[in-house]
Amino acid sequence: MNKPSKPNKRVPKKASAKVSHKPKESNRQSTITASSQSAAYFQHHKLMAKDSLGRLLQNPFASTMTWLVLAIALSLPMTLYLALENIKQLSHSWDQSSQISLYLKANTLPRFAQELSDNLENWPELSSVDYIDPDKALADFSRSTGLSDVIEGLDDNPLPAVISILPKLSSTDMDGLTQLQQKLEKLAHVESVQLDLLWVQRLYQFMELGQRMVWALAILLGLAVLLIIGNTIRLSIESRRDEIRVVKLVGGTDAFVRRPFLYTGVWFGLGGGIIAWILISAGLYWLSGPVKELVSLYGSDFQLIGLGLADSLLLILDAVVLGWFGAWLAVSKHLSSIEP
Amino acid sequence: MSHILFDNVSKSYGAHTALNNLSFELNQGEISFLTGHSGAGKSTLLKLIMCMEHASSGQVLMDGVNLERLAKSQIPFHRRRIGVVFQNHQLLFDRSVFENVALPLRISGYTSRDLERRVRAALDKVGLLSKEKQNPIELSGGEQQRIGIARAVVNKPSLILADEPTGNLDPKLSSEIMRLFEQFNDVGVSVLIASHDLPLINRLPHRVIALGQGRLIGERAAKQASEEGHHE
Repeated sequence: MNKPSKPNKRVPKKASAKVSHKPKESNRQSTITASSQSAAYFQHHKLMAKDSLGRLLQNPFASTMTWLVLAIALSLPMTLYLALENIKQLSHSWDQSSQISLYLKANTLPRFAQELSDNLENWPELSSVDYIDPDKALADFSRSTGLSDVIEGLDDNPLPAVISILPKLSSTDMDGLTQLQQKLEKLAHVESVQLDLLWVQRLYQFMELGQRMVWALAILLGLAVLLIIGNTIRLSIESRRDEIRVVKLVGGTDAFVRRPFLYTGVWFGLGGGIIAWILISAGLYWLSGPVKELVSLYGSDFQLIGLGLADSLLLILDAVVLGWFGAWLAVSKHLSSIEP
Repeated sequence: MSHILFDNVSKSYGAHTALNNLSFELNQGEISFLTGHSGAGKSTLLKLIMCMEHASSGQVLMDGVNLERLAKSQIPFHRRRIGVVFQNHQLLFDRSVFENVALPLRISGYTSRDLERRVRAALDKVGLLSKEKQNPIELSGGEQQRIGIARAVVNKPSLILADEPTGNLDPKLSSEIMRLFEQFNDVGVSVLIASHDLPLINRLPHRVIALGQGRLIGERAAKQASEEGHHE
């Protein structure tokens, strides 16, 4: 036939050697063993993974846009989550705090205060009692705030004597704590009794609220990720209509047809997850300087929590799963409409 | 033994009747033309064999299996036993000639070594071994059709269906394409060729099934005597 005359360099010898006996067996249906079938299955997976990544990289601009949108959608809830984790860490020291502060009347003599304190130590429901002398408290205050000049100018010590009490009751036993508070209020020399627990609990309420907001945001933006990937895959299916038709005509199963698109979804998810991770890490790095300075001003040992290994992997895994699922939804919806 | 059997098959699309109580059979290893004007029902007949359409009534059997009863999940495996050649080739221009021909093997689950051997054998058969790395869009119409044929036979099907395989080709190329089909038929593959290329059909000795308005309107048996001398 009209074969070109130049010698064919590309064909290995073994291939042409096998050709000669081919017609004899061509009337038989070929048989495939189970092991070669599974080898071919994995080969096809590898091929599709490579092929779908190649297709994404062929359109670097469009793919990058999609990756960035996904990354932003993924990084928002993660950022909020990290912020919350950091606040939690900040409040961790108050976690067990069911501490009660007993403010004594201003004119209480130190002698009576000490006596009351010693008395309280014998109460079985209290685990520790700590008397804070007003003079000592003022000295501490002036040292830690650097306001010694102002404090020296005061005529007398404005601080009351305080007895700090840690009850044996658990911090969740609000009734017991309230009863204890009432009992303490009836003692002589006591001006007021304050449950430190109360505001810690309010803080926890806020954090609970924050946590729910993280979830709501994560669900909403997860949905956005699904839609973005679903739409991208839909376009990709449209552009490969002919190929899908031919594949179905020569006996491709639905799983076979679906495979390249699922890999496309996975690559989108993986890319989006990694970029989200980079965005968050860069943001944390950017914040770490000012946070350190702020923390050193307060003399706290607070450390900014970054993305740990587990969180990072979870973020990227979530992104991959979302990508896969978004692709799966799109493929299931649109593939059945393409019948040869 | 009949390879394909149509038993009182009708197919209608709304008010339009594409096939009307059609009965015929194609024997194992037989080669036959299917002819008729456009709209006579040739394409519908092929689509029924491919399970691309379902008969409105009657039965289509392949190897004794009623195609109406095939589960949806079985259809891909049914199609793998048939090699199809299209008029417009249906080649994929985003990949090489090699990959086009390899597609049915990838689908059927061949490992790459086995696959390469078979693809090259099929390409060699249609005389395009030297163009395996090219994109089919660079090739001529006749060459594209031969790639389509290589793809149809690479999986060694027991039946080849061809829909107007010589539609856009000149007589010389048409003869070459027909020659390929005859070669596959020589080794036992059943071949059914839908065509309205009457000069070509009349030149060849094969059986002819003529359709008109969805009915069987004529049949010409294969000319046994002239068959041997025909190729040379």
